[in-house]
Amino acid sequence: METFIGVPCPFCGCLCDDLEVTVEGERIIKVGNGCTYSLTKYLNYNRDRVAAPMIREGDEQVAVEISVAIERAARVLFEANYPVLYGWSFTSSEAIGLGIELAEEVGGAIDNTTSVCHGPALEALQDLGLPGCTLGQVKNRADLIIYWGSNPLQSHLRHMSRYTIGAEGRWRKSRDDRTLVVVDVRKTYTARVADYFIQVEPNRDYELITALRMALRHEEIEQDRVAGVPVEDIEELADLMRGCEFGALFYGLGLTMSYGKNMNIDILTSLVRDLNRWTKFVMMPMRGHYNVNGANIVFLWLTGYPFAVDLSHGYPIYAPGVTSAVDILSRNESDASLIISSDPAAHFPRRAVENLFSNPLIVIDPRRTVTSMKADVVIPSALVGIECEGTAYRMDGVPIKLRGVVKPPKGILSDEEILRGILTEVRRLKREG
Amino acid sequence: MELLINNAMVYDPVNGIDGEKIDIAVKNGRIVEASELRDAKVLDARGLVAMPGGVDIHSHIAGPKVNKGRLLRPEDHLRVVKRRGEGLRPIVGYTIPTTFTTGYWYASMGYTTVMEPSTPPLETRHTHEELNDTPIIDKACFPVVDSNWFVLEYLKEGDIDGCAAYLSWLLRSVKGYALKLVSPGSEEAWGWGEGLRGIDDPVPHFEITPREIIRGLYRVNRLLRLPSPIHIHCNDLGAPGNYKVTLDTMRCVEDLVEEDRPSLHIVHIQFNAYAGSGWGDLSSGASELAKYVNSHSHVTADLGQVLFEDTTTMTADGPWQYVLHRLSGNKWVNHDVEAETGGGIVPYEYRRKSYVNAIQWTIGLEFALQVKDPWKLCLTTDHPNGGPFIEYPRIMAWLMSSKAREAALARINRRARRKSALGSMDREYTLYELAVVTSAAPARILGLKGKGHLGIGADADIALYRLDPHSTDLSRDYRRVREALRRAAYTIKGGEIVAVDGEAIKTTYGKTYWVDVEVPERDEERIKRDLQERFESYYSVRLENYPIEEGDLRVSSPLHIRAEGV
Repeated sequence: METFIGVPCPFCGCLCDDLEVTVEGERIIKVGNGCTYSLTKYLNYNRDRVAAPMIREGDEQVAVEISVAIERAARVLFEANYPVLYGWSFTSSEAIGLGIELAEEVGGAIDNTTSVCHGPALEALQDLGLPGCTLGQVKNRADLIIYWGSNPLQSHLRHMSRYTIGAEGRWRKSRDDRTLVVVDVRKTYTARVADYFIQVEPNRDYELITALRMALRHEEIEQDRVAGVPVEDIEELADLMRGCEFGALFYGLGLTMSYGKNMNIDILTSLVRDLNRWTKFVMMPMRGHYNVNGANIVFLWLTGYPFAVDLSHGYPIYAPGVTSAVDILSRNESDASLIISSDPAAHFPRRAVENLFSNPLIVIDPRRTVTSMKADVVIPSALVGIECEGTAYRMDGVPIKLRGVVKPPKGILSDEEILRGILTEVRRLKREG
Repeated sequence: MELLINNAMVYDPVNGIDGEKIDIAVKNGRIVEASELRDAKVLDARGLVAMPGGVDIHSHIAGPKVNKGRLLRPEDHLRVVKRRGEGLRPIVGYTIPTTFTTGYWYASMGYTTVMEPSTPPLETRHTHEELNDTPIIDKACFPVVDSNWFVLEYLKEGDIDGCAAYLSWLLRSVKGYALKLVSPGSEEAWGWGEGLRGIDDPVPHFEITPREIIRGLYRVNRLLRLPSPIHIHCNDLGAPGNYKVTLDTMRCVEDLVEEDRPSLHIVHIQFNAYAGSGWGDLSSGASELAKYVNSHSHVTADLGQVLFEDTTTMTADGPWQYVLHRLSGNKWVNHDVEAETGGGIVPYEYRRKSYVNAIQWTIGLEFALQVKDPWKLCLTTDHPNGGPFIEYPRIMAWLMSSKAREAALARINRRARRKSALGSMDREYTLYELAVVTSAAPARILGLKGKGHLGIGADADIALYRLDPHSTDLSRDYRRVREALRRAAYTIKGGEIVAVDGEAIKTTYGKTYWVDVEVPERDEERIKRDLQERFESYYSVRLENYPIEEGDLRVSSPLHIRAEGV
């Protein structure tokens, strides 16, 4: 029996790196410090695993040697005119880099889950920028914490205890040293523990943020209520924000995926920029997958763009809505797909899923998923952060190396190794003409 | 792999060679005696000038700040694109190119070694991942240390040995090469949204001044016997009148200077060479700074020349970047890194018709022309802050040709032209001096013994340019000179031809240098205890997840050093 300490968790954007994982034989039997999601991933890591690579023959998926599966996957991509390579947020940076190299080689479109998640936040950043910092700054300095359209007590379970209201920082020692504000359309779990809860009418955040900016400047707001919120509450919040020593605003899909999308983050960024005239204020998107930020980061240094990259012309083209996977698939423009560490058949619109299944489909995933059940090639992979190592980037950009604590099941390779194999085979096919 | 380069006109300042026809023999990545060659490929370099491969001592090419710049500016990526080629990745870029573009473009100009000058230690794993994906060039990175909590606390207590032991641990942990200071103490103040003025303003809560930080780190650097001096981005960067702060900075270690060689490197000095009291009367402090540099042996500088371009500013100087955002109204990214440093990114366009920008442009050139000893100067733009590195040849032409300067001066803001003394300066850099400021001097300041020269044993990093000083008037035909320097005829890296006629022809990977410094055991034990006690309360990651392993570098090349007292 062995206990590993300081193990970084491969689940959400918190990338907590203090897990204590106990292994007996080749089984994980206990996880200390982890949240419910973490425990679920670690203790169930052997469930629903794909035991061997498979190729579809008729209605059946038949087990084959890994080399056969890799060759078939390479051939599918090689023969396709416009393949889509999608997923990437739940695997290592090293694998993502290889994915981009592969997409360049086959002239496809490569996209990660950002395009259906925090994409609008990044689009807003491209317009206005982002006053930000790493999470330790918040832990040590922030006396005002705001969660807007984000419910960490159900999505990022240890965010508050590790980084915001519950963390022991250099200058903020306890809950008493912080004020918590929650803005949401309903009273979430997080709202219940807030000092201030602002209930905003659904899809009216843009107006509320505008009113806040006006209140900051002591401008007269003519209505009694904006977005369902009494103006006195808006003015009080503005005073709170302007009067703090260090404010940190975390935002989630409540803003990026409601009416306005990137415009909501646009004006939120303007608000935070404004606040920096009076005090120190930062903002941060609550990234979901443990390496979705890493996917953006690797995409950026290799292509210049964070997601939705078309490489069919031999150089990167970025046009969300045109080059994003869900849109390419929905418009039936692609003729093959490689899905890695993601399950779009369970999440994407019907037309996109129809395209997925009516064209050659390769899935690389440790587990059986909705997408893999009808795939033409299924290649099982090792779990990054449990069975193999790899670098991931936290929601604030801090890179942490994930480690393996057990060996992968017999014959199961890492995403990195699989992709390298496919890339080599594609190049061989191209050389042979 | 053997190569014999014949008939090139060689400029090799380290070895005193000033335009002589010398054959260069290459074997196993090094320059060797011609007699050692058995079966060499012959490269006829008739009509070509040979210089040691360019060494860029200060260029933001990799890491979290650079990458956020890429995110901020999708519009920058539309300016230049090139389809992927045989064995070559696509090219995308301009002021913040992709990592592959960076390597290919430096090689296309004959540059073979580049330093990423400022990386936040906590995120330096990211910097190395990007450097790993930057082809051809040899590289290294400098961790920013001036607002680091451990450093501030050790220095406040006067514990130089402890600070040195901590920084040796830090350099090894993040695989860094030199110590970088950025507006010392300011990033910690900016953690509260504040800034500092001059070098005697104490850092809030830590009550230590920039002067004390600079002096402390100066002493630490010597104790650790690091190959390069401390690199310092002076306080009050960008502010009118700041040349005085630069003088204060250079003076503040005078009493500590022990040897007759450089021990303080001022980065992008142009941005800290401003006289005047406001934007309306901004003027040049270059003469005063050049005078000081000319009469003191402990200081070197890199230029930080601006170009009239739409470029991207990015530094760890958080307060200054915020000021620039407010001044320009342009979009702004800020990124403070816990317990360590900060930074910001703002797109910016330097316009010839702007009085301020035009003065800035004249200041850089004035400084370069007034520094008498080229060994004290390195050519940079603080890429991309002053302009993209791919435009260095423009600056080279201005240095080498008064005619080129005249042509540019004629087009700038009239008041600036009248105010500046640049028009009356007729010095022209020679090719020899160019080789000094683009290769020999930076290599020497960095302590990279195999770089910056073409003597026996040097790394075979060679740039061949289509220039014939006998048949070309370098001053009059400055456009041709510029073109020749922009598109090297051949770039040889580690003995391999990697670029031809200004285009990279293959994707190879260079070395990542870092320093592995051994300190006295008792100090090492002491700081280990301090780290165990304090690390987790300062940071949001665990101590054991902080260091980077050697295997995380694609090609690791450590310099092993024994500090004083070992």
